[in-house]
Amino acid sequence: MSELVIDRLSKHFSGTRAVADVEVAIDDGELVCLLGPSGCGKSTVLRMIAGFERPTSGRILIDGEDVVALPPDRRPTGMVFQSHALWSHMTVFQNVAFGLKLRRLSRAAIREKVAGVLDLVGLTGFEARYPGQLSGGQQQRVAIARCVVLEPKILLMDEPFSALDAHLRVRLREEVRAIQRRLGLTTIFVTHDQEEALTLADRVVVMRSGTVEQIGSPSAIYAEPATRFVAGFIGTMNIIERQVTGGLAKLGDTRIAVDGPDGIYGFALRPEDLSLGGAWSGEVQRVLDLGAFRMLDVTVSSETIKVQVDKSVRILVGDEIGLDIHEVAAFDGEGRARPARVHGTIESGVRLHA
Amino acid sequence: MTAVPRRLLQMAPGVSLATLLTGFIIVPIAAVFLWAFAEVWRYPSLIPTQWGFRFWAAMLSRADVWAALRTSIALSVIVTLFSALICLPAAYAFARLEFPGKSALLLSFLATQAFPKFGLYIAIASIFFSLGLVGTFAGVVLIQLVNTLLLMIWIPVGAFQAIDRRLEEAARDVGASATRTFLSITLPQAGPAIGAALLLTFVGTFYETEGAFLIGAPHVRTMPVLMISLINNQLVVQYGAVLSVMLWVPSFIALLFARKILSARAIAGGLGA
Ligand SMILES: Nc1ncnc2c1ncn2[C@@H]1O[C@H](COP(=O)(O)OP(=O)(O)O)[C@@H](O)[C@H]1O
Ligand SMILES: [Mg+2]
Repeated sequence: MSELVIDRLSKHFSGTRAVADVEVAIDDGELVCLLGPSGCGKSTVLRMIAGFERPTSGRILIDGEDVVALPPDRRPTGMVFQSHALWSHMTVFQNVAFGLKLRRLSRAAIREKVAGVLDLVGLTGFEARYPGQLSGGQQQRVAIARCVVLEPKILLMDEPFSALDAHLRVRLREEVRAIQRRLGLTTIFVTHDQEEALTLADRVVVMRSGTVEQIGSPSAIYAEPATRFVAGFIGTMNIIERQVTGGLAKLGDTRIAVDGPDGIYGFALRPEDLSLGGAWSGEVQRVLDLGAFRMLDVTVSSETIKVQVDKSVRILVGDEIGLDIHEVAAFDGEGRARPARVHGTIESGVRLHA
Repeated sequence: MTAVPRRLLQMAPGVSLATLLTGFIIVPIAAVFLWAFAEVWRYPSLIPTQWGFRFWAAMLSRADVWAALRTSIALSVIVTLFSALICLPAAYAFARLEFPGKSALLLSFLATQAFPKFGLYIAIASIFFSLGLVGTFAGVVLIQLVNTLLLMIWIPVGAFQAIDRRLEEAARDVGASATRTFLSITLPQAGPAIGAALLLTFVGTFYETEGAFLIGAPHVRTMPVLMISLINNQLVVQYGAVLSVMLWVPSFIALLFARKILSARAIAGGLGA
């Protein structure tokens, strides 16, 4: 039963702003991903929650209690570091038992808890190994066990799998999700990998240069990006700039109605929201076979955009094709989303269907 | 066919290095050992003509030798302990904290070492004299402490700086206080380097002569000081040789001990990231 409220949290490092007015409320048992490019302040937010950095301003409330004044060892948080940060002079058992010993548990209780958590992370039998005798994935499992065994109110994970290979990353991600669900741990997971954030999180907090761009469920972040930055950062997105005059813009022959003042807008098109058969024509530059579907690079109106087509569609490089737009998002000069919809083609005034 | 000569050729650098080392290190040590057990050894004989323990008996029956040995061991243990207590936290502060004048202070330790030792000792001796510390054990401990500062700060500073801060943060994160983190994580992580610094301090204090002589005379006599006075009084090679072997034993044991710690740690370290 733990909730975390981050209230107008800011951090300046000798004048430069690393985190500015971040506000997030995280429910009990929720897994929230902090997502953003490297250097956007994700780790700094996490380190302030854990107590390793002192906020310049703002509050951090765990179950309603402000923890900003507490040192890390007095906070009910547990952190898993990117570099696993295992103590190389201690065995797996000693690493996991260290925090329990500090809590003055009996030997029998410690042994039982360590055995339980090692079973949870699938490392039974590795008690006597030193961290250096484990693989990268096993090391990160020990780091997770070391944290989870203390039953922290808030679990903090800072890019825990970014040093591992893709295959292992996916597996550990799923294991962590299962453990987190089973124990009902309120969790903040930092990552710069949007795929990881979208598959793992209940909600995603997209950050950019120290500020929050958007908070929402993975599907909302994907389908309705609040800013041009989010649109470009999540998934594959084609962004094309056009002038909007009188609430209308032209993408090839397609007219887009925009609810906003005139000016230059960025129009965002997902590859899967484009289909063959429309009047917006271009030449295929490249065909990438991605198994379940094909991704085309198509030059239209002197811009190259990505189009996703079914794997059964036969298309060769150099083919002339026409595109139809199903969905479009528009972002104004400040990068904020504006309501937009496909209004039809210029010739017919009626939307063509493929 | 050509395998054997080629292997000999490959071994040549190693063999010549071994020969050189033997010449410069083993031969003098061997000579000292031979002298320690020689009762008669005259030119041109290659080895002593008469062996025996006469000089050992003479040495070991002297109360001042035993007293000096006790003094030396007590001095080395106490100095090493105090030095560790003072210097290790200081080294940690140097490694981890930012404060004004940090590099100047660090450099000042180097400066004391660059200063001609004897001049420094004389200056310190005159201060100690007015404090009534000359000729006392405490005085010798103090002068030796000054001596060990550089080693016990510079080596651990480097070792502490090399430790990933995340290791300490992880300890704080699971509930360890700052002190507990230092004792359970930082110190063991810096173990080999600190072990080496402790050992060098111990051995250095054991062998230090000038400071011990200036401050300790005439009441406090360490082994090296005693050795000098024995040799000054009557030049008998065997006395020096016997004392050398006696002095060599504790430091050799210490070195063996250190080697064991270091290699065990090195194995764990090599395996453990
Ligand atoms: N200890 C520090 N001192 C100075 N600047 C820092 C420090 N830690 C982080 N920063 C700066 O703060 C910004 C955010 O860093 P960080 O939170 O690590 O980003 P992220 O984890 O998103 O990659 C970066 O510009 C980084 O250079
Ligand atoms: Mg980071």
